[in-house]
Amino acid sequence: MNANTIEPMNTTIKIPTMAEMMAAGEKPEILFWVGCAGSYDERAQRITRAFAKILHHVGIKFAVLGTEESCTGDPAKRAGNEFLFQMQAMSNIQVLDAYEIKKIVTACPHCFNTLKNEYPELGGNYEVIHHTQLIQELIESGKLKAEGGDFKGKKITFHDPCYLGRGNGVYEAPRKALEILDADLVELKRCKSNGLCCGAGGGQMFKEPEKGKKDVNIERMDDILQAKADVVAVGCPFCMTMINDGVKHFNKEQEIEVLDIAEISAKVNGL
Amino acid sequence: MIAQIIFSIALLTAVILFSIQVKKIIRNINLGKDTNRSDRPKERWLTMAKVALGQSKMVVRPVAGIMHIFVYLGFVIINLEVLEIIIDGVFGTHRIFSFLGSFYSFLIASFEILALLVLVGVIVFLARRVVLGLKRFSGVEMTAWPKSDAIYILVIEVLLMSAFLTMNAADYKLQLAGYSHYLTAGSFPVSQYLLGLLPNSTESLVFIERACWWFHILGILAFLNYLPFSKHFHIILAFPNTWYSNLNAKGRFNNMTSVTNEVKAMLDPSFTPPAATEIGRFGAKDVQDLNWVQLMNAYTCTECGRCTSVCPANQTGKLLSPRKIMMDTRDRLEEVGKNTDKHGKGYDDGKSLLDDYITREEIWACTTCNACTEACPVNIDPLSIIVDLRRYAVMEESNVTGSLNAMFSNVENNGAPWKYSPADRLNWANKD
Repeated sequence: MNANTIEPMNTTIKIPTMAEMMAAGEKPEILFWVGCAGSYDERAQRITRAFAKILHHVGIKFAVLGTEESCTGDPAKRAGNEFLFQMQAMSNIQVLDAYEIKKIVTACPHCFNTLKNEYPELGGNYEVIHHTQLIQELIESGKLKAEGGDFKGKKITFHDPCYLGRGNGVYEAPRKALEILDADLVELKRCKSNGLCCGAGGGQMFKEPEKGKKDVNIERMDDILQAKADVVAVGCPFCMTMINDGVKHFNKEQEIEVLDIAEISAKVNGL
Repeated sequence: MIAQIIFSIALLTAVILFSIQVKKIIRNINLGKDTNRSDRPKERWLTMAKVALGQSKMVVRPVAGIMHIFVYLGFVIINLEVLEIIIDGVFGTHRIFSFLGSFYSFLIASFEILALLVLVGVIVFLARRVVLGLKRFSGVEMTAWPKSDAIYILVIEVLLMSAFLTMNAADYKLQLAGYSHYLTAGSFPVSQYLLGLLPNSTESLVFIERACWWFHILGILAFLNYLPFSKHFHIILAFPNTWYSNLNAKGRFNNMTSVTNEVKAMLDPSFTPPAATEIGRFGAKDVQDLNWVQLMNAYTCTECGRCTSVCPANQTGKLLSPRKIMMDTRDRLEEVGKNTDKHGKGYDDGKSLLDDYITREEIWACTTCNACTEACPVNIDPLSIIVDLRRYAVMEESNVTGSLNAMFSNVENNGAPWKYSPADRLNWANKD
């Protein structure tokens, strides 16, 4: 297989980088900000590929930064390292501005929040959307179909990522993408503005939890088991890790599937 | 005449003592760092109208929310009656506003109905605390004083409302008897049912009416002076606290301009940072390092525990409790205030908010999920204090757990929180 290519349904799609586009004298409609988890974490890479397939499928001209992308600085900022955060932010802004980026989509709510809310004060002004918002738009404009497929009649629930939901008030976009699946959409006991964290935020992903009765993702499993969901939809690579670990903890891998909204939409569209 | 003098002295004393305490609180709040929260005034008025005046976040929990609205409306509206009581007290009149006729009757009737609703609300609240023992009202930070504070407030409210209704009942009975200056005024939809419980002798009735009148107003004046020492101060601070609350997306953490200047200087040697106006530390070790809004937050907290009850760390048995963060901040600020009273400004007692009040274990258990700020009925932000304490630990002390330090150096050297090569960033595109 060639470099930078993925092959959905035997058709090869090229993942163009900004550098390549620039060299060809072209400009993308939108920059796909992949994020560290989406780039390196094996499970999250599948989300990245699913979303790239969707972008290709609907004919959106997109590009990635590739090796020029670097951590937004989110985990550093949440953990109190403002220096490191601002160093990351400023060098990322230099790269983004050099490519005259106007619009960014990302599948990570942490990157989304940081790029959207915290870069402007440091001079980086972009229109930033979360991939579930783009998927909702694509469904509404008829570019993505969303009926049934494998999910018909299945019980699906959505786990709100903190930095998408409470952090930025986005509750409807991911639900819209699930509502039209012809599936049985159920809400978790703690959902939307009352949603329970997966336990990864604020730098927790990178450290051992403090002493307690249990881990946060195990607490979250109470809601998921109670909802008797067949599929838990997520919209964040860190939630994906935490919820997956929770499912494994209860040996429910056979009964409960954890999928990102992008993976669900890609599947429904035969990608 | 003597009564008028006693009343006027009591009123004046109460107002002066209250002002002294409020001044102290304002001084303490101003120990915090400056921050601009006067932008977007229209949105701020709207937020205050919705959240404080309209109690929009209270009703998220319907039982407590509706009962709270009873007590809140009762408090606000029955205080109109206090105006009449004060005028009567100072000038020796009786029911000075009774010339309003049927409107007066309407007012008195509304006060009575509200007083009954307040009683219902307060009794439900007492039951939730004393009989049902709701989990939300306990926790490590709910030591003897916070628990009794809550009970005192509720008992005082029961007493005040009972005195108000008994006073009206005695007055009404005297009106019916056509006694002396008890002219027919008002309408008594609630207290009329108490008539049977009262003696028939007009002398005893006058005594009861006067005694309740004095108890009611002196009780209110005493309660006023209890507020600055109590969590009940929220009835005042809820309004400015919501006005000055954070209007940005919750996910957005404040930008530290002090850091921006240093980072700019590092990236661009020609950049000359503006002269620092005040030499401060990065992040917060003690209350003076926090901003005044965070300190006002601490005085506004009424310790309801909605934040703690939704905190993922607290729910899974970790030490962190956002309510404790706020209570510790207030306690420490009070202590710094007392030190200032005794030894003058800038006295160092060798203690600090971090470590002497809030432990490292607490601040590092936070997932920054914003459940606490979402749950707070008066827009208090415990998360910003946690983050400021973390900033101090990281940037001033480099005192963090090894794994977080590893994450920092990965971000710095590899551009990712994990130890992967930046050259491999696009590898996801080469697999399927």
